[in-house]
Amino acid sequence: MSAQSLGLRVIPAAVFGRRARSVLERNLFVYKHIWIILFSGFFEPLFYLFAARVGLGQLVGDVRNGSGERIDYAAFVAPALLAASAMNGAVYESTMNIFFKLRYAKVYDGMLATPLGPFDIALGEIGWSLIRGALYAVGFIVVMWVAGLLQSPLAVLGLPAALLIGFAFAGAGMAATSFMRSWQDFDLVNLAILVLFLFSATFYPLSVYPPWLQLVAQLSPLYHGVVLIRSFTLGTLELTLLWHALFLAAMGSVGLAVSAFRLRKLLTP
Amino acid sequence: MKSTHRAAEPVDEAGPGPQNESNDRALVEARGLTKRFGEFVAVDAINFSIRRGEAFGFLGPNGAGKTSTMRMIAAVSPVTEGRLEVFGTDPATHGAEIRARLGVVPQSDTLDTELTVFENVYIYGRYFGLPGEVLRPRISELLEFVQLAERGDSKVEPLSGGMKRRLTIARALVNEPDLLVLDEPTTGLDPQARHALWDRLYRLKQRGVTLIITTHYMDEAEQLCDRLVVMDQAKIVAEGSPTDLIARYSTREVVELRFPVGVQERIGDRLDGLATRSEVLPDRVLLYTDDGDRTTAEITRRELAPESTVVRRSTLEDVFLRLTGRTLVD
Repeated sequence: MSAQSLGLRVIPAAVFGRRARSVLERNLFVYKHIWIILFSGFFEPLFYLFAARVGLGQLVGDVRNGSGERIDYAAFVAPALLAASAMNGAVYESTMNIFFKLRYAKVYDGMLATPLGPFDIALGEIGWSLIRGALYAVGFIVVMWVAGLLQSPLAVLGLPAALLIGFAFAGAGMAATSFMRSWQDFDLVNLAILVLFLFSATFYPLSVYPPWLQLVAQLSPLYHGVVLIRSFTLGTLELTLLWHALFLAAMGSVGLAVSAFRLRKLLTP
Repeated sequence: MKSTHRAAEPVDEAGPGPQNESNDRALVEARGLTKRFGEFVAVDAINFSIRRGEAFGFLGPNGAGKTSTMRMIAAVSPVTEGRLEVFGTDPATHGAEIRARLGVVPQSDTLDTELTVFENVYIYGRYFGLPGEVLRPRISELLEFVQLAERGDSKVEPLSGGMKRRLTIARALVNEPDLLVLDEPTTGLDPQARHALWDRLYRLKQRGVTLIITTHYMDEAEQLCDRLVVMDQAKIVAEGSPTDLIARYSTREVVELRFPVGVQERIGDRLDGLATRSEVLPDRVLLYTDDGDRTTAEITRRELAPESTVVRRSTLEDVFLRLTGRTLVD
């Protein structure tokens, strides 16, 4: 008893980590039964990539990047698809799945009867969606490499970048989910995701927009993710990348804090 | 790490009893404990104290504040006002430590339907930070104890209501808790399942586990509780052992009389002096008396001629209805 309580005070961060890990382990157990579902998230961007390379790529030809260099269209789109798949994976896991566990399965009510607290749960759930996202990102980067779409060894940084995108969207998604009242609310999420997917410099450079629209597009968190990953796979490092990374990190942190606060409010009245 | 899977306090060897020193200190102590949700007062300044090794009951109609009290004890619902100590510590500041030593059986099952029976208990044990090598043998024992050993690989969904409750109890015991909190453990179960569950709870009590039980089944309270409080409208209205409460708020026996249609209304004052207390219900008359046979003899002598006469012992239910009234609370 005394050793444990002392530990709790001395190393709270380690305890949080250990407790959140058990939430993660729970999800691992669940997916042991339905591992096939994990694959679905991997094929989606793959099909997009195929469409971009074989279909659109033939018609579009090359695009010019900021400094006027010509880039193969597939090499231009692929990193954006990686970013979008990181977003989709995180949003799916943190909205629909969390909503089900929160409102119907009462998974968190069970967890809160143990030493776990709302913050551990939020951290564990977001951690899990990051692991899932990492699996997809690794697979996708390997496919890009095989397809010859990586123009720089910096492309390995695409993995942490994809995780950062996942963190940002998982945090925001979970926070948003805590405010949702019914399944209908998820139509709004899908709409938002579609808008982000289409207009975040995913399929064409931001320069095609008039200046005011370019400013609006920069509010899109996916835009920041796309810029990050594209810079890495094309090998164009700039200092401004820090700003994009910071934007995503801040978004995820705020989302995590709001999620923990809302879980406490909802589950321990 | 090691301390997290510490065995239950050594009550097993000492056994529950006054010779055990730790018995003197209350396991749960509440003074002026209050819970409010906005304007609504769910628990209104109640006092109670629960000793180690006893089975303590909270009785009361729906909405009396039992569950709110339980949730505060279980450190999942913050105290609005007053003082609450569990294991001598404050749930507001030591919530995680308190929950580490508690087993909770909530009113509605919170089993993980995406996991199997075994996995449910295993993962729950992991939430307590218990390592796998400790959990595996312990879970076999627990599933044996709740008669679910054969269902380890089964999903949760196809289990019957009684099985789910027993699994919830196995899950609640995985951390070898010092205190087991059960919120209406047998509501909705058939008689066989209820008795099976009572049997398990009784064995736990014999092992020295302290039990806190809420229920609105009087027979359950009489079977399991050493001491109990009756709650009504957010307050505690009585406290004592089941026999104490019967002695204090009821008589030894109750005579139930049924009259032919229309007769009861014309009986008037002819029942006066028959019993310590009488209660006229729409369908029958209850006479609270210490000697049922003398009362029935007197009824015969007065030629009241009821259709049926039943003499029975007083139960907690009589106490409960006297204290909380017969009005339906929804």
